[in-house]
Amino acid sequence: MKKIENILKQHDHRKERIIQILNDIQKIHNYLPKDVLQYVSRRLKLPLSEIYSIATFYAAFSLKPRGKHLVTVCMGTACHVRGAPAVLNRLEDRLGVTSGSTTQDNQFTLKTVNCLGACALAPIVVVDEEYHGQTSVNKVDRLLKTYEKEKN
Amino acid sequence: MKKKKTNREFRQHLLVCAGTGCVANHSFEIKEELEKEIIRKGLQDEIQVITTGCQGFCERGPIVIVQPDGIFYQRIKKKEIPRLVEEHLLKGRPVKELMYLPSPKEAPVPRMMDIEFFKHQRLIVLRNRGRLDPENIEEYIGFNGYRALETALTRMTPKQIIEEVKNSGLRGRGGAGFPTGKKWELCRKEPGRTKYIICNGDEGDPGAFMDRSVLEADPHSVIEGMVIGARAIGAHKGFVYVRSEYPLAVKRLRIALQQAREYGLLGDDILGTGFNFDIEVVQGAGAFVCGEETALIASVEGRVGRPRQRPPYPSEKGLWGKPTNINNVETWTNVPMVIQRGAKWFSSIGTKTSKGTKIFSLVGKINNTGLVEVPMGITMREIIYDIGGGILHGKEFKAVQTGGPSGGCIPKTMLDLPIDYESLTRAGSMMGSGGMIVMDEDTCMVDVARYFINFTQEESCGKCPPCRMGTKHMVYILDRITNGDGKESDIELLEKIAENVELSSLCGLGQTAPNPVLTTLRYFHDEYEAHIKEKRCPALVCKNLISYVIDAELCGGCTICAKNCPSDAIAGEPKIVHKIDQEKCTKCGICITVCPPKFNAIKKVSPSIK
Repeated sequence: MKKIENILKQHDHRKERIIQILNDIQKIHNYLPKDVLQYVSRRLKLPLSEIYSIATFYAAFSLKPRGKHLVTVCMGTACHVRGAPAVLNRLEDRLGVTSGSTTQDNQFTLKTVNCLGACALAPIVVVDEEYHGQTSVNKVDRLLKTYEKEKN
Repeated sequence: MKKKKTNREFRQHLLVCAGTGCVANHSFEIKEELEKEIIRKGLQDEIQVITTGCQGFCERGPIVIVQPDGIFYQRIKKKEIPRLVEEHLLKGRPVKELMYLPSPKEAPVPRMMDIEFFKHQRLIVLRNRGRLDPENIEEYIGFNGYRALETALTRMTPKQIIEEVKNSGLRGRGGAGFPTGKKWELCRKEPGRTKYIICNGDEGDPGAFMDRSVLEADPHSVIEGMVIGARAIGAHKGFVYVRSEYPLAVKRLRIALQQAREYGLLGDDILGTGFNFDIEVVQGAGAFVCGEETALIASVEGRVGRPRQRPPYPSEKGLWGKPTNINNVETWTNVPMVIQRGAKWFSSIGTKTSKGTKIFSLVGKINNTGLVEVPMGITMREIIYDIGGGILHGKEFKAVQTGGPSGGCIPKTMLDLPIDYESLTRAGSMMGSGGMIVMDEDTCMVDVARYFINFTQEESCGKCPPCRMGTKHMVYILDRITNGDGKESDIELLEKIAENVELSSLCGLGQTAPNPVLTTLRYFHDEYEAHIKEKRCPALVCKNLISYVIDAELCGGCTICAKNCPSDAIAGEPKIVHKIDQEKCTKCGICITVCPPKFNAIKKVSPSIK
């Protein structure tokens, strides 16, 4: 909780910075753990219900742990017309999960995003923080394999 | 200590684009490699490598420009760098093979300003595009940066600033196009000492990325605009709200804010005038509705981003109940130019009702994807064909979608429409933030309508029933149509729900949500009919209405498709024509992408084969 206290300090323990605080917590933990949120609630004197409502309203937050690799598929309009739905379908088939969930071995979490603003690279898939532009259905297997390899 | 060389002492500069697009294409590695190679050749005292913000021509990244020659290199790969340095920088022979090629038949275009994509643009907001290092305030100052701020703070009264902005005809670039000067005046006139200004950088429209680009490439221009606005309105605190998907923009903005404070351009007693103003960065967390001003305010206050009834408008009761002025990134960036060059100059550009320029992000099925800044009043045709270089793979143009989920699809017959706020609204669309998504013959307009309604449905905050339930119902009907279960009465039902959602939703998100459906119904009625009556998708997109088949006459029996099919739906021996088992086929489309071009034997057909 020392790290969390540091985050709170950076934001001067200001209640209105709660979204920024949650963003920072997620950067450390990869998701928003329940005990951390309870701690934040006590320290900021902000009802847990309110924090929960914020954490579920904004798409960037996750209350469940995420897999080792976060696979984000851009579903912006430019990506859509250049074939993003097929890429997403292929990823879902290949990983055996639907968007928003994590594989059983905790290796991959698949999610979509509305637009990354990198439309020239459409359709685009981001794995962790690496951008893979101009993807297509038949590049999906190769893409996943490079990350699966790291495991071994 | 050896004095650092100033820019003028170098013989040449290499400007490496470091916008998100180029960074994704490894432009930082290119920069490192260039620096290493320059040292290897002993040119480090003559040539300097600089990273700049987004150049706009993202399709061609990573981009390197050699100045003062103005030579434009594109799609640079690491292995080509020794040759580039040797030939161009050492021997003075620009490398043709790395230049922009309009088409395989044409000659390469060496100079950036001769490339069609750049030639027709008029840069006001993107004035510093690709010519300065966004993390270095001195470079911004070197290009006349913060001059307008000095003028506004030392030689103009707040009233004069507002008059100038009003006379310029500048209108909000975030969507609705409200006159900026008038907005400022309303906020200025409100009683009370505490007032706020906000820069809306929650660029939510999919396919629009100009605000990201400006924040990444020229953050000081946004800050300068905001300080001028704060002075005019009488605000002492400002916020920039940036969406969470733009980490690079946040980073550069924070650096710029710190530098501006160190230079006395932000904080207490700015330029010794006694005026105090500071800016805080607030990051969003992935909610489209936060682009709506009252939702954005709620989000800055640390609450769930749900819009509220207007009036009272933010200019009366905004952030923490105080008068608040909100403009978007592009609007703020226009302000220094209005002050520096004057209202008369600014209003000489554009149309009668829409002054200045507008940035569009030209994306989708277009050859030259990227950001373009053009004078208001330019036609769609000029943007798509002259600047954009026409449709990808020589296909047929079908429509252009503007205004994001609030906008609409504009058909081919309206290509010569001069673009301004009014003309786009008349066409059933809107300016929005300036996304321009080009669609070709392979884009299904019913699917596009479904895409947008699904988008707004997912992003609906749920507060008011017309938006929450109306969009849900529309998704349901459009799903039915694209799945081949549409009824003839569905079109009328869609129109009815659309009208209700439009008239009775609480905020702009709901009120404009039906636009993509209404415009596609208006201009592409035949596609809806084909889906409903013939169970056919003319653009061969809707999965349930198509089948993949192998043309027996073209198939070379190479087995590639069979090997790549993930569901083992293709049967075939070498040299024997293959066949797709429609029962097993999941229509993933891999076969069509792997079939060698010399055969090109796999086709999509609609209606589907049962």
